[in-house]
Amino acid sequence: MIIFELFLIFFQIGLLSFGGGYAAVPLIEQHIIVDKGWLGFEEFINLITIAEMTPGPIGINTATFVGMQIGGILGAVVATTAYILPSFFIVLALAYLFNRYKSLNAVQGVLSGIRPCIVGLIASVGLSIFILSVYNESANSINFVMLFIFLASIALLRMYKKISPILIIMGAGLIGLCAYYLHLI
Amino acid sequence: MKKNFKLYFTLFSSAFYISAFTIGGGLVIMPLLKKKFVDDLKLIEENEMLDYMAVAQSAPGVIAVNTSILIGYRIAGFLGAVATVLGTILPPLIITSIISVFYNAFKDNEIVAAVLKCMQSAVAAIIINIVFDLGGKIAVQKKIFPFIIMAAAFIAVFFYNVKIIYILLGAAALGVVNYYIMIRKNNNSLNKEKEDGK
Repeated sequence: MIIFELFLIFFQIGLLSFGGGYAAVPLIEQHIIVDKGWLGFEEFINLITIAEMTPGPIGINTATFVGMQIGGILGAVVATTAYILPSFFIVLALAYLFNRYKSLNAVQGVLSGIRPCIVGLIASVGLSIFILSVYNESANSINFVMLFIFLASIALLRMYKKISPILIIMGAGLIGLCAYYLHLI
Repeated sequence: MKKNFKLYFTLFSSAFYISAFTIGGGLVIMPLLKKKFVDDLKLIEENEMLDYMAVAQSAPGVIAVNTSILIGYRIAGFLGAVATVLGTILPPLIITSIISVFYNAFKDNEIVAAVLKCMQSAVAAIIINIVFDLGGKIAVQKKIFPFIIMAAAFIAVFFYNVKIIYILLGAAALGVVNYYIMIRKNNNSLNKEKEDGK
């Protein structure tokens, strides 16, 4: 049953997403898109985009959205619940250890390895999305509008640390509208 | 009984309100939680909150949810944790569900597709920017071990599609090993200093 599999998969994803919502992205990519093929990669990116723009933590939004696409409202609820369930156990366990021993030394060792690892994983997804958006596989060419948007976005994000990602995405959407009507895409 | 219910409801509604008005992910919600539960409601001490944030970042999953669990549990036990978490996840659950209905209705529209396609480039930039931010924090430490892990993880997943759980387990194991090597190194140099001091 898909709903049950959805629960298992998101439970596992919730168990492994160290560092918050963005860590879930490579995990969802591997489990749901590559392994199961329940979603296309492009659709997945659309879901992330929307999750980025809606209120609430991005991890929850993504779980809800993916669950919705795969199994309707029930899928959304199941995916989200499964995603946060591991947190309950682990957080309370860590809090107990923290209270008892006043430090999480053993955990620090684990985290010192996992944190850089997650950065590498997120980088991988970022690169995949970049390639998908900028490189046109069938025509073997680069889409310069997309490349421009990417470079402009990255420049803005690096220059203005506090800029809202929503602005950037909306700006990109606006350019998309213009480009569409100018027959550039 | 009534008093308890009011407490649960306070937890739920506070978390609900904060979550509904926070856009974006990660640590954005932290100052808001602090303001509400430490400053306004005075249910938690500031240094307790700092401890919770540390633990919340050490556990997997969404940081906002992890913090909600700790705050709720501290204030009103397990049910308190459930109430707070429910408050945190209900806004995104409801809003995202509604939006997904619209998304499915419009996604085949040519204009919407073009707009979404352009947004992809922006999202790629946002994600890569996060990599720069997180990577920068690691680079500041000036140690080679994290770089090796970062590069290895990237190569493993991008080129070889290794299962992420194995990459994480490997990184965790290496992390523990490296951590204890560092501790021994520090101890050795401390001992050496003592000897030289004599």
